[in-house]
Amino acid sequence: MRDAVLVIDLTNYSYEIEHRPDLFEKWIGGTGVAVQLLKEHMNPKADPLGEDNVIVLATGPFTPAYPLASKTVALFKSPLTGNLGESHAGGRTATSIANAGYGAIVIKGQSKKPVYLVVENGEVHFKDGRVIWGIPDSLIVGRIIAENEPGRGTRTMMRIGGAGERLVRYACVTTETYRHFGRLGLGAVFGSKKLKALIIRGRKKYLPADTKKFREVYDEIYRTAIESDAMKKYHLLGTAANIIPLNELNSLPTKNLQSARFESAEEISGEALAEHNLGRRIACSHCPIACIHLAALRIPYENEPYFYKTIMISYDYELIYSLGSMLGVGSRDGLLRLIHRVESYGLDAMSTGVCLAWATEALSKGIVSEKDTIIKLSFGDVENYLKAIDYIYEQPNEFYKHLAMGIEHASDVYGGKDFALTFGGNEMPGYHTGYAAHLGYATGLRHSHLDSAGYSIDQKVRDLTPREVIDRLISEECWRQVLSSLVVCFFARGIYTSDLISRAFEPLGVEISEEEIKRKGEEIYKEKLKLKVEMGFKPENLRFPKRIFKIESLHGKLDEKFVEEAKEYYIKKVREIIG
Amino acid sequence: MKQLVVKDIEKCVGCGLCMYACSRKFAKRPEIGNSSSAILAVSLSGFERGATVIFCRACTEPPCAQVCPTGALKPKKGGGVVYIENLCLGCKYCMDACTLNAIFEREDGKIAVCIHCGYCSNYCPHGVIAYEEVEV
Ligand code: SF4
Ligand code: SF4
Ligand code: SF4
Ligand code: SF4
Repeated sequence: MRDAVLVIDLTNYSYEIEHRPDLFEKWIGGTGVAVQLLKEHMNPKADPLGEDNVIVLATGPFTPAYPLASKTVALFKSPLTGNLGESHAGGRTATSIANAGYGAIVIKGQSKKPVYLVVENGEVHFKDGRVIWGIPDSLIVGRIIAENEPGRGTRTMMRIGGAGERLVRYACVTTETYRHFGRLGLGAVFGSKKLKALIIRGRKKYLPADTKKFREVYDEIYRTAIESDAMKKYHLLGTAANIIPLNELNSLPTKNLQSARFESAEEISGEALAEHNLGRRIACSHCPIACIHLAALRIPYENEPYFYKTIMISYDYELIYSLGSMLGVGSRDGLLRLIHRVESYGLDAMSTGVCLAWATEALSKGIVSEKDTIIKLSFGDVENYLKAIDYIYEQPNEFYKHLAMGIEHASDVYGGKDFALTFGGNEMPGYHTGYAAHLGYATGLRHSHLDSAGYSIDQKVRDLTPREVIDRLISEECWRQVLSSLVVCFFARGIYTSDLISRAFEPLGVEISEEEIKRKGEEIYKEKLKLKVEMGFKPENLRFPKRIFKIESLHGKLDEKFVEEAKEYYIKKVREIIG
Repeated sequence: MKQLVVKDIEKCVGCGLCMYACSRKFAKRPEIGNSSSAILAVSLSGFERGATVIFCRACTEPPCAQVCPTGALKPKKGGGVVYIENLCLGCKYCMDACTLNAIFEREDGKIAVCIHCGYCSNYCPHGVIAYEEVEV
């Protein structure tokens, strides 16, 4: 098993490599190990944008042994929520970290001048980043580094755009152009550390304990992935396939959730994008599915006839929701241009869209004025939204400075809390399916729809009691700690069952029963919850935006009492779990 | 004579499954990682321009074998080379000689070159590569 942890200190430009079999045996990898490393290296009271914040990147034991173990977990203190930050990304990051020989990488301290890092062959090179600092377009940054650094095909290139440099609290870290450590502001943490990019490359290997079984289990996973229906959905239309069904179910947040149905849903659906724009599909490293859908957008130059540019833009459900329906944008071209702008600056698309939706409604309600917003924001107005995205990056006035800190913060300053759609300080994901979705955002340890998949519970079962909803969410989240410790793609959760996981460990020389695997999930959940509480998380303070109770969902209008009862029960559960 | 060939390079998604398959090609010694892989999936200067794979095209007059000082690389009948690992110095002259950059450096300093065994072609999910009879 890989057990090396690379600890990089940006304050002193130094590094160490530690071997930690203890950590990887007990906590699997990924999230499980990252929680422990964060506990060891970070003061829970650290300033998220200060020298004391720590970034942990962790991979799992199945990378690169098996397909679909294609993700990396990043843990840090979030500058958006002030609490635990966790985001996952695919691309080539996981396999590159693993092939460089590491199970995890810890980045501490703060550089005085802009730098970028190159990790290879057991070494870390601290490189002068002054020349590329200040380039706002993360795509350009990627190209410059690609031309200058070796390791084509075996490297990962994580970098920030302008949003990270300017500490937009929901800036992301982009990897291999189209994958992101999207949520909770890892990009701003990079920016605060003056870390523009992190390149990791390697060509290492290790041998399985049981060679025959290894190839057998590999083949089983591979065949299941390409033959079964388990992943068909992601194959064909990608997650964008959900736009039409969710719209029909009254579940697609529209115009800052003033509605859960969008009249132009068809226009921006996965089907329409596939028919008119889909230009290419690509895959994360070691993934047979290739769920990354790239749209080709051909844009004419206004004053130059017969001059065009064609750009490739990655889209999926969350982006169509946040920059499409949520902003009332029903034109595919408009949507794609917004996605492209957000991609260039390295912003989290979900937070950006939800922030702009709030700002639009705040302006229409007179809570803020056009002096604040500089331009007139209105639902569907793509040109002005493009400008507003520039302003989030540039922060030309007080209003945009506040907006760049997220709408939990901005609504503290200006009001409009009732329609500031955040949970735990994080802007809402795109499912207004019912109680489980919203309770999931609130209770999920990273306030993501992927923590506990409430939206899926809502679509599968009706008539759960508040307690049953919470119990189901927690139990799903416990299981997902296993997946995010392994770190396999959540889209492959139908393939990586506890039985398969147990059998996949065997050829690697690890004996672990299905029960033990499940128990580890619960323990990791508990450890993470404890860390979150140490960082100041108080379940009593969870806020449910009033707006969610006003708009019909798949489960009809939601009842505040139900949610209150669930919250009470959750508070009790938290006490019980952390003891 | 069977060789690994490209069917439709435009369809490559850059997943690297072929690369990891190549590491597993020897039943007695399958490796986890990419050290011994003789095929490489790369983006075309960023994934926005697509992806491609790089591997040996089985030259009939292989420059790589011509520059090898020790005879570790020998021309194979029908094209390409055989690699006799224990003769290899790790000088990497062959890497320079191959115009395609289809010879790769291993973790231990020796090299990895495609031996046209066909194993990886079973793991390309998108039909980009195939193992086929070719005319010599
Ligand atoms: S044909 Fe064999 S040696 Fe060549 S790349 Fe494929 S698996 Fe490797
Ligand atoms: S490795 Fe390169 S030079 Fe040698 S036979 Fe293959 S393609 Fe030709
Ligand atoms: S690296 Fe090995 S195979 Fe290549 S030229 Fe040198 S000795 Fe020959
Ligand atoms: S397995 Fe096929 S699609 Fe994937 S990188 Fe190799 S050739 Fe391309």
